[in-house]
This record gives sequence, structure tokens and C-alpha cells, in this order.
Amino acid sequence: MARVRVLMAKPGLDGHDRGVKVVARALRDAGMEVVYTGLHQTPEEIVEAAIQEDVDIVGLSILSGAHMTLIPRVNELLKENGASDIVVIGGGTIPEEDVLALKEGGWAKEIFTPGTPLENIVEWINSHVKSKDN
Amino acid sequence: MEDLILAGDEKLAEIKANQEKWLEERQKIKDRPDKFETVSGMSVNDLYTPLDLKNFDYQKDLGFPGQYPYTRGVQPNMYRGRLWTMRQFAGFGTAKDSNQRYKYLLAKGQTGLSVAFDMPTIMGYDSDHPRALGEVGRVGVAIDSLQDMETLFSGIPLDKISTSMTINAPAAILWAMYIATGEKQGVRSEQLTGTIQNDLLKEYIAQKSWIFPPEPSLRIITNIFEYACQYVPRWNTISISGYHIREAGSTAVQELAFTLADGFAYVEAGIKAGLNVDDFAPRLSFFFNAHMDFFEEVAKYRAARRIWARRMKEKYGAKNPRSWMLRFHTQTAGCSLTAQQPENNIIRTAFEGLSAVMGGTQSLHTNSMDEVLALPSEKAVEIALRTQQIIAYETGAANVIDPLAGSYFVEALTNKMEEEAEKYFAEIEQRGGVLACIDQNFFQQEIADAAYSYQRNIDAKDRILVGVNEFVNPDEKIEIDLLKIDPQVEKDQVARLQKLRRERDNIRVNETLDALRRAFQGSENVIPYILDCVRAYATEGEIIQVGREVFGEYREKPVF
Ligand code: B12
Repeated sequence: MARVRVLMAKPGLDGHDRGVKVVARALRDAGMEVVYTGLHQTPEEIVEAAIQEDVDIVGLSILSGAHMTLIPRVNELLKENGASDIVVIGGGTIPEEDVLALKEGGWAKEIFTPGTPLENIVEWINSHVKSKDN
Repeated sequence: MEDLILAGDEKLAEIKANQEKWLEERQKIKDRPDKFETVSGMSVNDLYTPLDLKNFDYQKDLGFPGQYPYTRGVQPNMYRGRLWTMRQFAGFGTAKDSNQRYKYLLAKGQTGLSVAFDMPTIMGYDSDHPRALGEVGRVGVAIDSLQDMETLFSGIPLDKISTSMTINAPAAILWAMYIATGEKQGVRSEQLTGTIQNDLLKEYIAQKSWIFPPEPSLRIITNIFEYACQYVPRWNTISISGYHIREAGSTAVQELAFTLADGFAYVEAGIKAGLNVDDFAPRLSFFFNAHMDFFEEVAKYRAARRIWARRMKEKYGAKNPRSWMLRFHTQTAGCSLTAQQPENNIIRTAFEGLSAVMGGTQSLHTNSMDEVLALPSEKAVEIALRTQQIIAYETGAANVIDPLAGSYFVEALTNKMEEEAEKYFAEIEQRGGVLACIDQNFFQQEIADAAYSYQRNIDAKDRILVGVNEFVNPDEKIEIDLLKIDPQVEKDQVARLQKLRRERDNIRVNETLDALRRAFQGSENVIPYILDCVRAYATEGEIIQVGREVFGEYREKPVF
């Protein structure tokens, strides 16, 4: 079975990268193929990387409060580029009401907030995302 | 050896014999299955005795407070003279919103201000830049020009208050705005007191809000040292920060070693720029983290003072005792706080704050219980400040100087921290110094490894976090009010900025920016030129843009 390909990304000006790196490593240790964009990416750069790397899922990490702007923007751009089959999830400092709004608006399939065990994230991806190459 | 906590050779032999007897008994009793190590994963013995301090030399290793090597503290009378400065980091929304929060904090008995800027300000973008979209005023205050700075401190006399500003890549600009705000209030730059963080090395290592590459960044930093020496002599020109290194996931030893290594790199840069070490070293200050392992933290602060003093005197030839003294601010560890049962964070913060005081800090920020969830609400900040006041006035911790000295454990741990830090210094040197290590991702990888193993330990329950992986409330509902930032803030800020751009003298703005460009391209001190730009109401983004064009931008090579 082909491995799930994940793009972990840091949109916006946020420099908090402890969480994104920890999650990226946990996914890699769980057997996924992980690409990490590095910091300070625009939504355009992220979508370009997602398409180029041909990933199954994009994970956005935002701890700077700009999630209501940045997560919808990444979604729109994926759609515009005919890549809406790529699953979008997110994580970071995101208040509960915004988590609900992002999920209900269809902007993110799931959001993982601080204190989530890494195993839960791995399990969620394993049960919701299949590699396109299967 | 006449030291009180040490016995002579004969006595030591007797202690050793008794220790063996005790060990025999002790080993018959089963211990809990837990690991006995510090929060950084350093293993500790179950008991410390004079045998752990065989070569201890009171005068050489500790001395007296206010005396070399300052292990016991930098002032002769420590908190009996003046308590530490209680300085809560705050800022959000517009300059007007933050000005109100500062007045609230001052009214509650806070003794110094500490400004948090928003991401566009931290990264050198104006509020109307496309990259600032959705970020204005969210995690700090939005400052675009001198006009905003004037509002931020309106009604707060700059000759009466000391202000710390958490700003790095654009530090020179925000500092210039502060100096210019003083001018407007009729306060001379010589009277100003405060700190700019201005520590770019730890940006590449840990906080990641860089703009220019390291070389030009170091040049601007040394320009600030030089300018302050002449015109702003009471200002702390840099706050060499371990806080961010620790928060990014490092261990206590890594925090200590990487921070001091950065400190030495700044000293070397200053000397290389032709400055006399004793002219700028007394204005260097430090910033450490206070994590949950009480004794490890106290040992870290004590070791930091001793290492700094020894190096400054012996390696860099500083003659002024003020150059030998490591003065520091402390913030309790945000990363130790939990989303679950957030009220427990009040207790964590109290212990952490106490370790900073027992370790001789000069100022302290205590985190709020809602730290994980959002910027602190007013109520949460008040409790955090009260925590410091309780430490200061109720616990007795401020009565006695360096009260844990002489504990076999604390002295042994202080020695151990120093030894481990020395190992890192040797490795850093062997790799070609701090800049080379940044380029090799050495610090970044060490920190990422430590962060990952910390997280794994928690998930595997190798480390217990109350309310997270043990003593959990399964149907917990969080019931604290959170601070919300109104999206209108961004629109208002952008409107104000655009009005300024229309109304100011744009010819003057362009002249000052052109002069700055030439200064950046040459080798003069750039601070007077930045001051001219600021006084003409050039915006932060416009000034930084000139720098981006001259120096280029730093790019990381991401690792995880
Ligand atoms: C560590 C930290 C820092 C460090 C960052 C070091 C680094 N390189 O990462 C330092 C000290 C540098 C820092 C600085 C700042 N910080 Co800070 N910081 C924190 C802190 C204490 C912990 C974050 C953390 O790393 N936790 C550990 C990791 C493992 O957890 P995590 O990132 O939450 O990730 C977990 C989940 O969220 C999720 N997850 C996260 N991302 C993703 C992505 C995907 C795809 C998935 C599936 C899951 C996922 O999985 C992880 C495992 O459970 C938080 C508060 C807190 N306790 O959460 C504040 C916090 C995030 N910081 C904050 C602020 C304001 C700042 C500053 C802007 C302050 C300022 N004005 O100067 C600066 C700016 C820094 C910058 N360059 O952007 C605010 C943000 C407020 C908001 N969004 O409303 C917070 C919430 C603190 C507060 N209450 O004020 N900070």
C-alpha cells in the first residue's frame, strides 16, 4: 500500500514552529511521507507546494490568531487550482468557536488544538486519508 | 578546607562509611517505578551529601552577593534593597487599547511596562501590507509609525517608568520611536530606562522572527550598543534570551549554554566593531525561562551568573565589575501550561515564579492561567500579578539572599549545569562558532529533538502532567472568559495609517529614507538616520523595506 503524503505548512507571519515540527516527526515515524514548508509561507506558496509535491493532505499550523483568514484562503486556492481533493486539516491556538466555524464552513476537515496526543493525529489521518496512488 | 558545608578528609571518610551503611538499608526498600529525572531528562540522585561537593571552594565558587563571581546574586543586599520589577508582558489591538491595559496594570501595582507587538510589527510589515492581512493587532499591539507610539504612551511619563519592548529584527526602529516619543514629552534620551530585546541570534535559533541575514543584523546591533553608550546610557541595549530557546523545546542545559554562547558572540561582535568591552558590556542583559523543575531552574540561574562573570573577566578582559554581572529578566514557562484544567496553571506559575526569585532574578513576568487558549484576559492577568505579590510579601522568599546556597543538591546541580554548558561551548567552538552552528542547523536540530522527546514522554505517560495524562476530568468544560480581538481593529488601523501617509510631509520622508539607504550601504552608525526617518513619520515598513533592498532577507533551511 502506498504511503500517505503530507504537506505540513506554516502560513502567515507566525514563527511558532515547535508544534508543527513535533507533529511532522510523529507522522513520519508513523510511516507517512512528510514534507515541511518551513515558516512564513503565503497561501499561494503552500498551494503551489501541495500540488507540486502531489500530497494527499495539507496540515496548516497557526498559533498567531490569523486562522480565520488563512485557512479559508488556502482552501479557495486549492479549489481554483483544481486540487480540492487534497484534504485540509489544521492545528494550533484556535478557539473552540472558530474550530466549529472552520469545520462547518468546510474549510478544514479537522482541527487539533493544544494538548492533543500525537497518536490521535496519526489515527485520524490513517482513518480519513488514503493515498491517491492506491 | 574550612568550609562549613564541607568536612575534612577524615570526616569525609567517616561520611563515606556511613553512606555505605545507609545505602545497604536503603536498597532493600523498593522505589516507585517512575523515572527520577529533571524535567529536562537529567537524572538526579536520591540524596546529596558533602561527598558530592569534594572540591567545593566557597570563595571561588560562590563568594558574596554583589561580588565576583556573583553566584549568590548581583546586588549586595538583593531584595532587601528593592524587590524585583514586576513586569507583565502585554499588548493587543490598537495603541489605544494597549495604552488602557498599561494604565490598568500600573494601577494594580505593576512596576514596569513590557510591550508585546503584533506579528506585522515584529516582522517589519505595515498594517496595510498584503502579508499583514488578518494579523493586525491579534497577538500584540500594532505600531506602524511614531504616531502610534505616541498614543501607546500617552499619559505615561517616560521619565518615570521603565519599558521593555519585545522587538528584535526592527528593534532599532521601535527604539527610535520610543526616543522620539520621549522628545515629544520633553524627556531627554539620557533619562530613558528600559530594554529592547534586540537579540537576533536567538531569532535564527528559536523565535524565528528574522528579517535580514545574520551579518547585517549584528552590525545594527553593535550600532545600537554604540549609540546607547553616548546618548541613552541607562538603556539595556539587548536582552540575550534563553526564554525562546527553552520554549521552542530545549532542555535547561541547552537554554543555558546556547544563550550564553549568544552572549559571548555579541561581546565578540562589539569588540570586533572597535568598541571597548567595558563601554557596552554593562548594558547587556539576559532573559531566562522558569520551567517546572524548581531546583534545576535555581541551579541554572546561579550557574549562568558564575559562567558569565568568569568569561567576561578572564576571556574578554573586562575590568568593570558591571561587565561581569549577569542581570536577567525571567518569564514563567508558557509551554509548561496546559489547555486542560487551566486553573491548575495558576499553581504551576506560582512555583515557577518562586524559582526565579530564589534564583535572584531582576524582573519577572508570571503567565496567566489562560495562556494556552488566548492572550490573557484582564482577570487572568490580575491573578498572575497577585501571584508575584504573594511571593514577594507573604512567602518570606525575599528576606534572605540566595537562600538555597549550601544545599548539597543545589550546589552539585549548579556545578553540573556549568560542566554541561562548558561541553556545549566546546562543541560550538569546534563547529566554527555560533553563526556557523546556526547555518548548520545545529541548535535548531538539538532543540527539535528535545521537543519531540518531551512530547513523546508525555504521550507515553513517562512524564505525568496533572489534568492531561493523569487526574483527567473526562467531561471537562472550560469556563473562563477569553480575550477576543475585534476584526474591526485591523480596518481602523489601516485607515489611520493611510491617513498618515496622505497628511505627512512626504518629501521629507523620502529624503530621510534615501539618507538611511546610503547609511545602510556605508559603514556609519545607522541609528541617527533611523531617528530622522522616524521623526518624519516614515513607517516601520518603509524603513525595513530599505533594509530589505540593501541587505536581502534571511531564508531558513527547514528541519524537523
Ligand atoms: C512556545 C511558545 C512560544 C515560543 C515559540 C518557539 C517556537 N519556535 O515554536 C516563543 C517564546 C518564541 C513564542 C513567541 C511568541 N508567542 Co508564543 N507561545 C508559545 C506557547 C507557550 C506554546 C506553544 C507550543 O509550542 N506548544 C507545544 C506544541 C507541541 O503544541 P502546539 O503548537 O499547540 O501543537 C499541538 C496542537 O496545537 C496541534 N497542532 C499544532 N499545529 C498543528 C498542525 C497540524 C496540521 C495538526 C494536525 C496539529 C497541529 O498538535 C500539537 C500536538 O498536540 C503558546 C501557549 C501555549 N501554551 O500553547 C504561546 C502562544 C501561542 N504565543 C503567543 C504569542 C502572542 C507569541 C508572540 C506573538 C508574543 C509577542 N507579541 O512577541 C511571540 C511571537 C513569536 C513568533 N515568531 O511568531 C500567543 C498567541 C495568542 C493567540 N493566537 O491568540 C500564545 C497562545 C500565548 C498567549 N496566551 O499569549 N511563543
